[in-house]
Amino acid sequence: MSVALHRQLGLTDDEFAQIPILIGRAPTDPELVMFSLMWSEHCSYKHSRRMLRRFPTDGPHVLQGPGENAGAVDVGDGWAIALKVESHNHPSAVEPFEGAATGVGGIVRDILALGARPIALLDSLRFGTLESARSRHLFTRAVAGIGHYGNCIGVPTVGGEVVFDDRYEDSCLVNAMCIGLVRADGMLRAAAFGTGNLLVLIGNRTGRDGIGGASVLASAELSADDEDKRPSVQVSDPFTERKLMDCCLELAADDLLLALQDLGAAGLTSAASEMAAKGGVGLDIDLDRVHLREEGMAPAEILVSESQERMLGLVSPDKLPDVLESCARWELDANVIGTVTGTGNFTARHGGEVVVDIPASALTDDAPWYEVPRTPGPAATPLALDAVPVPADLGAAWLDLLGRPNIASKRWIYQQYDHLVGANTIRRPGGDAAVIRIPGMRRALAITTDCAERHCELDPRGGGRASVFEAARNIACTGAVPYAASDCLNFANPEKASTGWRLAEAIEGMSEALEAISVPVVSGNVSLYNESPARAIYPTPVVGMIGLLEDAGASVGHAFAQPRDAIVLLGGGAARLDASEWLGAALGAPALPDLAGEAALIGVMVVAAGAGLLRSAHDVSGGGVAVTLAESALAGGIGCSVALPLGRRADETLFGESGERIVVTCRPDALPALRAIAGDVPLAVIGSVGGGTVDVQLGDATVSLDLEAARIAYEATLTEALA
Amino acid sequence: MIAVVRFPGSLDHDSAVRAVEAAGGTATYAWHADRALPAGTRAVVLPGGFSYGDHLRPGAIASRSPIMDAVRRHADAGGLVLGICNGFQVLCEAGLLPGVLRTNATTSFVCRQVELEVLDHDTPFTRDLGAGLSIPIKNHDGAWYGDPADARIVLSYGMENPLGSIASAAGVANAQGNVLGLMPHPEEAVDRLLGSTDGLGLFTALVRA
Repeated sequence: MSVALHRQLGLTDDEFAQIPILIGRAPTDPELVMFSLMWSEHCSYKHSRRMLRRFPTDGPHVLQGPGENAGAVDVGDGWAIALKVESHNHPSAVEPFEGAATGVGGIVRDILALGARPIALLDSLRFGTLESARSRHLFTRAVAGIGHYGNCIGVPTVGGEVVFDDRYEDSCLVNAMCIGLVRADGMLRAAAFGTGNLLVLIGNRTGRDGIGGASVLASAELSADDEDKRPSVQVSDPFTERKLMDCCLELAADDLLLALQDLGAAGLTSAASEMAAKGGVGLDIDLDRVHLREEGMAPAEILVSESQERMLGLVSPDKLPDVLESCARWELDANVIGTVTGTGNFTARHGGEVVVDIPASALTDDAPWYEVPRTPGPAATPLALDAVPVPADLGAAWLDLLGRPNIASKRWIYQQYDHLVGANTIRRPGGDAAVIRIPGMRRALAITTDCAERHCELDPRGGGRASVFEAARNIACTGAVPYAASDCLNFANPEKASTGWRLAEAIEGMSEALEAISVPVVSGNVSLYNESPARAIYPTPVVGMIGLLEDAGASVGHAFAQPRDAIVLLGGGAARLDASEWLGAALGAPALPDLAGEAALIGVMVVAAGAGLLRSAHDVSGGGVAVTLAESALAGGIGCSVALPLGRRADETLFGESGERIVVTCRPDALPALRAIAGDVPLAVIGSVGGGTVDVQLGDATVSLDLEAARIAYEATLTEALA
Repeated sequence: MIAVVRFPGSLDHDSAVRAVEAAGGTATYAWHADRALPAGTRAVVLPGGFSYGDHLRPGAIASRSPIMDAVRRHADAGGLVLGICNGFQVLCEAGLLPGVLRTNATTSFVCRQVELEVLDHDTPFTRDLGAGLSIPIKNHDGAWYGDPADARIVLSYGMENPLGSIASAAGVANAQGNVLGLMPHPEEAVDRLLGSTDGLGLFTALVRA
């Protein structure tokens, strides 16, 4: 039995029925293919668009909010920083090396489309546990793909995070964030304008790779026959990407481009229709002028191919010779493939015949949207602490925790990434946030990606808040002011169960937290359908955040610095085992993050760092205060001696989490000044730096961690599991 | 004037220019397709990167670029040539330095700080360097392979040998000492803000030439 073409393409019957109403006739086959891509969840956000309006997107420094290829904020001296996070989850699950590599390529071109020079990359990864051979394979290959691409294009991969959990066994997440630098007055937009202006397609030849990537692959659940979808995964060519970067930045610097757009999901269809719809103009495209990798490609294939490393520039006719000369110098193919018209229609010709002629806005603005069911999930039940066994040997438990994959050193990963190229990396991977110099400025940027996925599973609103605050604390630990955010909302199938509610709740929680610290969301991405018949992922709203440091030379690291420095616990968070790394499961009812308390703590950090009081700062997150102290000690190569109130239970005090806590160190004589700055934010002097062990006194007992044993436990895990 | 050669896929050319400037010199770019070095060139830097995407072998295609004939003439006349990472690979492929660079013993890209020993202070590059340098490496094919008897091994990784080089070689010079290739990136170590200034001496030597 044959399935109707529109269903094969992923369109519903209702959506299919809408098309003739919009265009006044039945669509041609190429038109139908274009609609199926542009109306996919991946391109149209049809299940999430309305909810996304909740995010705070304004701020005095916002130059470009959501809606362009990337967002951008003013960082002073006439410079702007562009930022965006994007997912490449489904391609990576099908073909991890190319999927992850092209994910990097895609986000880099989003930044490039603003005319910005990409200056940093981060990767937020979620995979199944390391006990799974399949997950080890997927993870190892994804890391190799990210490294291959990022290293070869010369953009440093300065940070990121990874969580291993069985819930990602069938649906791994590969999110990439890119940061770019551009003159605030030289930023390019994607909107086409000016009848007679020319569309120039620059870069790779168009082939049959990546056809249907946005629809059949990215907007559907994964299943057992996904290997058949490998042709939907794109193939990477980072060498061409680098030339494309060099060439487009040269064209932008020489003022030769009127607009610039990258070709990503849905290829030429998406790029051109968005340019036309944003500018309220039409485009007349001659598909015979598109440089092809193979002969005999059908019009629909040319229109929706997701071949990588291609950009679409808008050029005025008098600048065309200069543009083509520059492309030739960079040994890049470039062809005029179309012109701007006044019709408002997306018109495409092939072999002299018109094969597509539809209003551009029908593909973009008229895409359907759906109110998703918001069936609340079950309320979280508080953890029965009595049911959690007390570890017999707290020291052994501490070592065990340091060696767990979600806590252990990620050196195995980041040593495979060039995190230095460009000579701007001030704080390398391994700390709370990466810090990079903004070339040509005294200021620097702190950058991080974070998500509290277990918390989101139990309470999406609280987890949404926690994800934002985790990112903000990581930024603040370097002394930087949280400045702007991007996000990637990775969720399960929105048409099922409580996913819609979780999505809305997470967005609400994220928005509340962002408002509390006055950080706008300037760009973002949604990845749905991350589930298989066996498993759905945790709600995973990844937050990418940048912070601004006034003085690049004044950033704070997480390493203990000097013997006798005072160790101070800042913030009012309570140590709880609910959803903790020590518990190792999404169980319990984590406390709802306190908006005012978290915001006040972040404010104190920024002021204290700005006053030069802090010798180190490290956020208390996975593994609790015990892991925070151990990591600072390992990074500094020096131990410490600390006393903590015993609390309800020693393991809870040591390994409990919940946010709103940061461990800082300072010279003992700086304590009065620190207290004055802290004001109402709880402050406890808990010990001092020094020695070759990390000693924590709890009531009458002392738990001790030998630094060398800790280093072995912390460093060995990933190397041994993945070698 | 220091000429920094730019190939398609060069990545560290801007950092190399900044390093020359940090050493008190001035730098300009030389384009791979040109047949002559810029007028007034006193010394040449072949920067790091992935010239031609490492297609065929790292450095193989770049070593056949038109500009390389000019670099060879400059070297033959006794001019200083510094090849960093991919530049080292290009110099070996061009036959200006002995040996080749093989895939790292880890079979992976390696990016980290390393401690180098300066074994040979009798070259124009190393004359004023101290005994040790802390400089990062970042490469996938950085294991030098050659006959130590025929090479001047100027820089060594010491006992650690993280990439699996013959004789733990990190940097190799020609017999005359005016052509030096090294896998570590001195241009990433010219600014205290980034952790080390141990790379500056190599650029000071170029500027002095």
